[in-house]
Amino acid sequence: MIHFENITKVFDAKSKETKALDDVSLHVKKGTIFGVIGYSGAGKSTLVRMANLLEKPTTGKVYFKGTDLTTLSMSKLQEARRNMGMIFQSFNLLKTGTVYENIANPLKLTGVPKKEIQARVAKYLEIVGLQDKANAYPAKLSGGQKQRVAIARALAHEPEVLLCDEATSALDPDTTDAILSLLDRINQELGITILLITHEMNVVQNICHEVAVMDNGRIIEQGKVIDVFAQPKTKTAKRFVQSLFNDSVPEQLVNSLEGSGQIVTLSFVGESSGKPALAMVTKQFDVYPSILSGNIAQLKDQPFGRLVVHLQGNATETQKAISYLIELGVIVEGYKKGGKQHVS
Amino acid sequence: MSASISDFFENWGPDIWEALIQTFQMVGIALAISILIGLPLGVLLTLSGSGKALENKFLHQILNLVINMIRSIPFIILLFFILPFTKFIAGTTIGVSGVIAPLVIYTAPYIARLMESSLLEVDRGVIEAYEAMGIKTRHIIWHVLIRESRSSIILGLTIATIGLIGATAMAGLVGAGGLGDLAYRFGHLRYQADVMYVTVFILIILVQGIQTFGNLISAKLKKD
Ligand SMILES: Nc1ncnc2c1ncn2[C@@H]1O[C@H](COP(=O)(O)OP(=O)(O)O)[C@@H](O)[C@H]1O
Ligand SMILES: [Mg+2]
Repeated sequence: MIHFENITKVFDAKSKETKALDDVSLHVKKGTIFGVIGYSGAGKSTLVRMANLLEKPTTGKVYFKGTDLTTLSMSKLQEARRNMGMIFQSFNLLKTGTVYENIANPLKLTGVPKKEIQARVAKYLEIVGLQDKANAYPAKLSGGQKQRVAIARALAHEPEVLLCDEATSALDPDTTDAILSLLDRINQELGITILLITHEMNVVQNICHEVAVMDNGRIIEQGKVIDVFAQPKTKTAKRFVQSLFNDSVPEQLVNSLEGSGQIVTLSFVGESSGKPALAMVTKQFDVYPSILSGNIAQLKDQPFGRLVVHLQGNATETQKAISYLIELGVIVEGYKKGGKQHVS
Repeated sequence: MSASISDFFENWGPDIWEALIQTFQMVGIALAISILIGLPLGVLLTLSGSGKALENKFLHQILNLVINMIRSIPFIILLFFILPFTKFIAGTTIGVSGVIAPLVIYTAPYIARLMESSLLEVDRGVIEAYEAMGIKTRHIIWHVLIRESRSSIILGLTIATIGLIGATAMAGLVGAGGLGDLAYRFGHLRYQADVMYVTVFILIILVQGIQTFGNLISAKLKKD
């Protein structure tokens, strides 16, 4: 659906060059929710703004449904943009317009027939749950309601793609959840492909199918959300996972346990999260596991759990237990203070 | 006392009335034309700025220069300075029609400046949202830029109107009349202090009224 090919973007601001994007390639498949996560300044906004060419690449190509947008004339580009909705962190509504006008005016300006405008506004206000606010001005709405209006405004053009630039970053946690489930519904029920950028891991956790991690203008890691969660490869990705699964154990405790066995991190993904793995370990080997910390989270399609466990026992028995766990599909890593280490 | 008031109006009423009408004519016509010129000029000035939709450094600097130059000339100098131009445009250099051209040249750049500061207040994000929806630049100018800054534009136009009233006081020098001229000729030159007081009083009411009206409209248009 959206395909970035070797995009580089250099900003020339006052004698200082910034390479906001550095050879970025990315493919957003039709029907998916694709998340791009990174810290502030990583280049996420620049990237999402490339999708509809609000920002033009210095080099590289942007394909939308097979068409290279960088070659289009302004009027053809404007046509293509009508097929891509966009929402923003700051909502960007007209202050001087009612909710109705905010949704209807852009439709008018893009040549949607009058009769249809009314029907569309009504339809999408209902989808976002704001039927009763049609005549309110944005100043009278909460942040979550403003974002709903912005979503309705974007959807009213009946686009195939929705671009979200930190759409929930200005909202409180409850409102964030509500907006995220609205986006998820839009994806499932209307079949709209979503490309979103965020600096919050819980956004990725909740609704994304795929994720790319950005750092310093580059995509340093990408894949299915579950894979990046279970086995983050880069330091940045690990820190993002850590932000949701704070599984650090007090150092003193680690030191006191180290002599009597091994401390490991167990990640349970999908199937393996259903099995009573630790109970079986206790039964089959001369090993006594005790849980030092544990988290479980619902990813988009499957649960994901992570435990830090102390396996008390002699070296051979614990090694056998670990092999057994790996057989069960549990991902086992050695616990390391301040980070994790693979056990082979 | 009451006799003297009615005497005064019997003597001066028609003159004051005529002067008032002349002031309204001058301000009304000059303002209308100045808006027609100043508004697009202000839009062009804003949009040719760096990072804007019609970025054009050369045009932007030329506009800035011209506007600053005209705005540094006092109206009374401008009035005489452009006499040949006035003659060319209006066919005459006297009366109400003789003063419209200089009033417009005086006011339009001022309105362009006021427009610029209003338009620059508009949130960049809303403009971007409209660009992202594939809406044409000319539509964005009217339906976003001007619409969103209309409350502040009205305040600017209020200021411009009051400035225009001040400028018309000098229109008497080319025989265009008006309240300012009346106060000057009769009140100042002929020591008819009462005429001066009354016209000044009317001017105060006028300015006060326009400002109040402008504030009211502006507040009504503001929705946040
Ligand atoms: N219009 C611009 N002019 C100059 N530098 C910019 C511009 N936009 C973004 N940048 C720079 O590009 C880098 C990436 O910015 P951005 O894409 O906004 O990051 P993010 O959204 O991940 O926080 C930053 O260093 C930022 O300062
Ligand atoms: Mg950003």
